[in-house]
Amino acid sequence: MHQAVSAVQLRSISKRFGAIHANREVTLSVTAGSIHGLVGENGAGKSTLMAILYGLVQADRGTIAIHGKTVAINNSRTAIALGIGMVHQHFLLIDSMSALDNVLLGAEPHWRLQRSRAIVLEQLKVLIQQTGLEVDLMRPVGELTVGARQRLEILKALLRGASVLILDEPTAVLTPSEAEQLFVTLRQLRARGTTILVITHKLKEVMALCDAVTVLRAGQVVFDGPIAQCSLDQLAQAMVGRRVQLQRPDVLRTTRKGSVSLAVRDLSWRDPQGTQRVSGVTFDLYAGEIVGIAGVAGNGQSELLALLSGMLKPQSGQVDFRGTIWNSARWLDPTTARRLGLAHVPEDRHRFGVVLPLPLWESALLGYQRSRRFATAWGWVRRRAARSAAQVMLERYDVRPAQLDLQTSTLSGGNQQKLILAREALAPEHVPEVLLVGQPTRGVDIGAIELIYDRLRAMRDGGTAVLLVSSELDEILALADRVLVMNQGVIVGELANEDCSEAALGRLMAGVSSRTQVGVEAAL
Amino acid sequence: MSRPVELPRWMELGLMPLINLALALAVCSAVLAVVGLPPQQVFTMLLKGAFGSAAGWSYTLFYATTFVFTGLAVAVAFHGGLFNVGGEGQAMIGGLGCALIALSVGEQLATDLAAIVVLPMMVVAAMLGGALWAAVPAVLLAWRGSHLVITTIMFNFVASSLLAGLLVGPLKAPGSMMVETVAFPLSARMPGMHQMLQRFGVDWPRTPLNLTLLIALAAAIAVGLYLTRSRLGYELRTVGFSSDAARYAGIQPDRHRVMSLLIAGALAGLVGINELAGAQHRLLLDFVLGAGFTGIAVSLIGRNHPLGIVLASILFGGLYQGGAELAFELPGFSRDMVTTLQGLIVLFSGAMAMVSAPLLGWILNRVGSRDG
Repeated sequence: MHQAVSAVQLRSISKRFGAIHANREVTLSVTAGSIHGLVGENGAGKSTLMAILYGLVQADRGTIAIHGKTVAINNSRTAIALGIGMVHQHFLLIDSMSALDNVLLGAEPHWRLQRSRAIVLEQLKVLIQQTGLEVDLMRPVGELTVGARQRLEILKALLRGASVLILDEPTAVLTPSEAEQLFVTLRQLRARGTTILVITHKLKEVMALCDAVTVLRAGQVVFDGPIAQCSLDQLAQAMVGRRVQLQRPDVLRTTRKGSVSLAVRDLSWRDPQGTQRVSGVTFDLYAGEIVGIAGVAGNGQSELLALLSGMLKPQSGQVDFRGTIWNSARWLDPTTARRLGLAHVPEDRHRFGVVLPLPLWESALLGYQRSRRFATAWGWVRRRAARSAAQVMLERYDVRPAQLDLQTSTLSGGNQQKLILAREALAPEHVPEVLLVGQPTRGVDIGAIELIYDRLRAMRDGGTAVLLVSSELDEILALADRVLVMNQGVIVGELANEDCSEAALGRLMAGVSSRTQVGVEAAL
Repeated sequence: MSRPVELPRWMELGLMPLINLALALAVCSAVLAVVGLPPQQVFTMLLKGAFGSAAGWSYTLFYATTFVFTGLAVAVAFHGGLFNVGGEGQAMIGGLGCALIALSVGEQLATDLAAIVVLPMMVVAAMLGGALWAAVPAVLLAWRGSHLVITTIMFNFVASSLLAGLLVGPLKAPGSMMVETVAFPLSARMPGMHQMLQRFGVDWPRTPLNLTLLIALAAAIAVGLYLTRSRLGYELRTVGFSSDAARYAGIQPDRHRVMSLLIAGALAGLVGINELAGAQHRLLLDFVLGAGFTGIAVSLIGRNHPLGIVLASILFGGLYQGGAELAFELPGFSRDMVTTLQGLIVLFSGAMAMVSAPLLGWILNRVGSRDG
């Protein structure tokens, strides 16, 4: 194909895990000095392939050639020595150490720490100047923004001599502006001659960033070619094996507002450090509508969800839900909230939404374990009822594999999300009155996104009031009937969907001022 | 790079423990050979001493009873994400509790029949004592975030000193040189297994094995039901895996942590029933004898599962009994050798439980790829 120099050439790579063919005869060639996208749904085999290239996993069959030379990569040390660097989706940094020390760690050039620091600092300064990867090197990593942490990971790889850089889902944790910035740097790196492999399932990014793209499906290459010769639709189709429809619905639904389901008045919350995260938030949520909360991550959206779901307690303000006024003296707790019909799909799926080591059916019980349908008055779990309810969830929401006793951690992100949504939507007592949804499709593949959107719309049509927090503007535009924009804990604007343009929203999101995302995680 | 290998369940739960045990025995054989003892003879005698006779079995099960309690005490806390190393102290105070009942109420109702009243009271007192001793570290953990390992270890020492203070002072048997109480009245003695079996016409050697064995089995079943079948157990496990997910689900992690520690303490407290009401018939200083710590190993090897704990307890009880027999019969054999073997078993089945997994995975792959 590209007879020019291939920085990386994988030939007929096959890898099996038990009965699962993670990779089947995968052949992939990456031109030196290009940005190559590797796309596919979760579980398509992208990560396995890259783990093989990075030496974390050994292929059963096939060969790897780096810069035209066939090599055996048995561990990551070899991979690094060959000039392969990897930036994992979950950063491998130590929060309490400074950025500089994180780069130093494990690659100290001198036996004296101070001397090592000086050497590496010098090298880093040069590298930062060349690449534009700005990072405050003296700060503890814990205080850096997510974008800066990512830049640090890239610096780390480059300093260890990486000429081939693998990025695993690099934009999954970034805000749109941070992602934009990342793309600029990646293009700069390409100009310096670095070869970049990007694992992603965001096709728009592939179109905007990559020179060539390889699509994997079920462990096999289903599309391979330069980006100039393919369209977004083509890629999407190749990825899921059928046509997908994700754009804004052609006919916008005329909002048929029902009665007010949730009335929020003047809600405020300060974090334990005393920073005002949510201030004076007031809005009404009507039955049968989806209200999107847009905003740069870290402007109080996460806290708002946590407050409304009962996980945090506000210092002031009130909520009127199902005829009861809840205020700081008597606030909703998650159990009461669920019982009254307030369901919650949390933003951070792994941390809150499921219990990874538990079997699927027990994860499907989370939050509803006190429901009389699933537990007797004496406190015994009604296993049969819980299992059959879980079975229904798995079937109706197409969770795969649909095996009740499988460990939750073995599900892909998309399937975990479908399970959570199913659990909240099929709550045991009644259809949820209000559904709080945070980042419903973060790290979820296209096929699952389609289903999730579909189910959210169906719930709205069934009369549920949906509050949607998302950092993806596309998502908000695709789903929300009405959009509230948050900035610095305040709702700064409201737009009906038909009045929304990315530009108008962007102005609201950034107009007042923008803030980096620090402390959201600390607050929860 | 070693990555977790997926193995079928029968391999992970059936084959691997056996391989681990074999490895431990192999290394121990080497140690024995170095010391100049014949490994084969040692193991044969160990096995015979522990399981070769009715009396051997009887002693083995007696020790196992104690280990079931302390093992469960570690496991229940473990499911809540807590490491309870205070089984030792909790057992001591449990013993104190049952002794206080024995020496007060028991003395009043000293007839044989009164046991029906006195023994249940002692059981409750033992559980309360153990729970009380676990309560302080538990509350400190919940309120102040104190490190449980530190507090429970310290409470072991406090319990030991407290017991010593009482046994040289107010509880000491008058006119005796021993650091122990007077003998419990007949109503405060747990019937021995030989007595019970005799009623059914079975001739059983006279050993310390007593009816507490049945309490231990019931406790294992109850803990199993609690953990896997009850809502509270489900909530506890959720807390143990992820306190964030627990809070999301409306579970208050601290409440469950405190409760699991109280249950753990109560279980450990029951050691007092087996050792004191069942065997010694008096309160003495060192009746726990490290069983609290053995419980950690038992729980580890039993994978924190009640059935596993019962089996591991029998294994450790057997080692204990077989080792005692060996020390008696084989000149030059010290009981430390048994401790060595225990240590090796813990090492191979606990800390290095997965060493054979990659090899097994490799074999499985080879076999699998030959098939398909």
